[in-house]
Amino acid sequence: MDLLTPDLGLLFWQVVVFLALFLILRTFAWKPITDSLHERENNIQSALDLAEKTRIEMTALKADNEKLLVQARSEREAILRGAKETADKMVADSRERAAIEGQRMLEQAREAMQNERQALVAQMKKEVVTLSIDIAEKVLRKELSDKTSQEKLVSDLVSNSRLN
Amino acid sequence: MIRSVINKFLLVTALVLSSLTLSQAQEHGHEGEVPGEKKKFNVGDMIMHHVKDEHGWELAHGVTIPLPVILYSADRGVEVFSSSRLAHDQTYNGYKQEHGKIHRVNEAGQEVEGAKVYDFSITKNVASLLLSAIILLTLFPAVSRGYARNKGKAPKGVQSLLEPIILFVRDEIAKPSIGPRYGKYLPYLLTLFFFILVNNLLGLLPGAANLTGNIAVTLVLAVITFLIVSFSGNKHYWMHIVKPTGVPIALLPIMIPVEIIGLFMKPLSLMIRLFANITAGHIIILSLLSLIFLANSLASATTSLAISPVVLAFTLFLSLIELLVAFLQAFIFTLLTAMYIGSAVEDHHEADHGIGYEGSEVH
Repeated sequence: MDLLTPDLGLLFWQVVVFLALFLILRTFAWKPITDSLHERENNIQSALDLAEKTRIEMTALKADNEKLLVQARSEREAILRGAKETADKMVADSRERAAIEGQRMLEQAREAMQNERQALVAQMKKEVVTLSIDIAEKVLRKELSDKTSQEKLVSDLVSNSRLN
Repeated sequence: MIRSVINKFLLVTALVLSSLTLSQAQEHGHEGEVPGEKKKFNVGDMIMHHVKDEHGWELAHGVTIPLPVILYSADRGVEVFSSSRLAHDQTYNGYKQEHGKIHRVNEAGQEVEGAKVYDFSITKNVASLLLSAIILLTLFPAVSRGYARNKGKAPKGVQSLLEPIILFVRDEIAKPSIGPRYGKYLPYLLTLFFFILVNNLLGLLPGAANLTGNIAVTLVLAVITFLIVSFSGNKHYWMHIVKPTGVPIALLPIMIPVEIIGLFMKPLSLMIRLFANITAGHIIILSLLSLIFLANSLASATTSLAISPVVLAFTLFLSLIELLVAFLQAFIFTLLTAMYIGSAVEDHHEADHGIGYEGSEVH
C-alpha cells in the first residue's frame, strides 16, 4: 500500500516549503508578534506596578498629612498656652505693680497727713501758748490783786491745763 | 481532563464504527461485483483515490485543475509539462502514469527497465502545501502589522482572532514544557502548530487534498523535530540514554537499547499519530458517504435516498469531530514536540522522568 511510502517529490517540497515558511514567519511574524506581546505585557505590568506605587505613596502622603495636622494642632496649643501664660503674667505683674503703687501712694498720703498733723499740732501749740500767755497776762493783770484769788486761779489753770 | 477522556472515547467510537462500516462496505463491494448487472462501485478505490496524492487536482468528478509535472532523469534533465497531458492514461514524451506513479515507457507503451525518473511534480498535495503557505504568509505578517499599527491599543480584527491562539501556544505549550529557554523554540512551535492546523482545516474542505494525512509531510515534520531535539540535547539528556538514573547496572544491557529505541520512537510516533488521525478521519467520512452509493449499486436508488439523511447526519457529526481533531492533533504534535525539546534542554533529570511523559502521551 503506497499510502505508507513517502513520495520523494512531496518530501522535497515539504522540506523546502516548510523551512522557507519557518524562516519567513520567524522574521516577519513571530518575532514582531512575540516582541509586541512581550512589550504589551511589560507595559501592563509596569502600569500595575505604578498604580501600586502611587497607592503606597498616597498612603504615605496621607500619613504625612495626618502627622502635619497633629503637629500643627500641638503647635497651636503651645502658642495658645504661651499667650495665655504671657497674658496671665502681664495681669499679675500689673496687679502687683498697682498694689505696690497704691501702697506707695498710701504711704505718701499717710506721711503727708502726719506732716500736716504735726504742723497743725505745732500751730495749735503755738496758738495755745500765745492764748495761754494772753490769758495769763490778762488774768495776771486782773487777778493778781489778792493772794487767794491768785492761788485759785493758778489751781484752776492747772486743773484746766491738765484736762487739756 | 474530562474533556480529553470524552474526546478519546469519541475517537475510539468513531474508529470502531468506521472499521465496521469499512469491512461491511468491502463485503458488500465484493458481493456487488458478482452479479455484474449494476454499476460497480468500489469503495476502497474511491477512498484511496481521495486520500492519496495525484497529479492534477480533481475538485469533483471530471473537474480537474491541471498542475505542472516536473520530472528529473539523469539522461534527459529537468522536464516540465502539464499534468493534463498524462490524464486518461495518455502517453506523453515517453512518460506514462500508472497508479499515480510516472514511468518512462517505450513506443509500445511498455515500461522501460532501469530508467530512473525523479518526480518533483506540483501534485495536488504540493499545490495544497503551497496554498497553505500562502495563507500563512498572508495571515501572520498581517497580524504582525496589526501589532505595529495598533501599538499601545487593543488588538483588532484578525489580530485579536489569532492572538489567543498564539498566547495559548506560548503560555500553555512552550512555557510549561520547555521552561525558561522557551523563547528560542517558540518560532518553530508556532510555525508547526499553525502549519498543521491550517492544513488540517484545509483538508476538511470538500475536494481538498489530504496533506497532513500524508506520511511524507508528517515524516518531514517529525524529522525536523527530531533534529531540533537532538541538537539542543544537553549533557544530561545524552547521559540519561547511556546511564539512566536509578536503574541497576544489571538492567543496563536492556535499558540502553530501550532508551536508544525510545529516541527514535518519539519522532516515529509523532509521524504516525498525525498521519493516522487525519487519514482515518477522511476515511471515516468517505466510508459513510459511500454507503449511499453502495445502497444505490446494491439495492436501488430509493434505498439510497432513504438512507441518505441518516448517513448525512452521521457525516455531519463526524465532520464536527474532525474539526475538533484538526485542532487537537495540531495541539498534540506541538505539545509533544515542546515536551521532547523540554526533556532535551532540561537541567536535571528526575529518576522517573521517562515514565512520566510516556504516560502523558496521547494516542
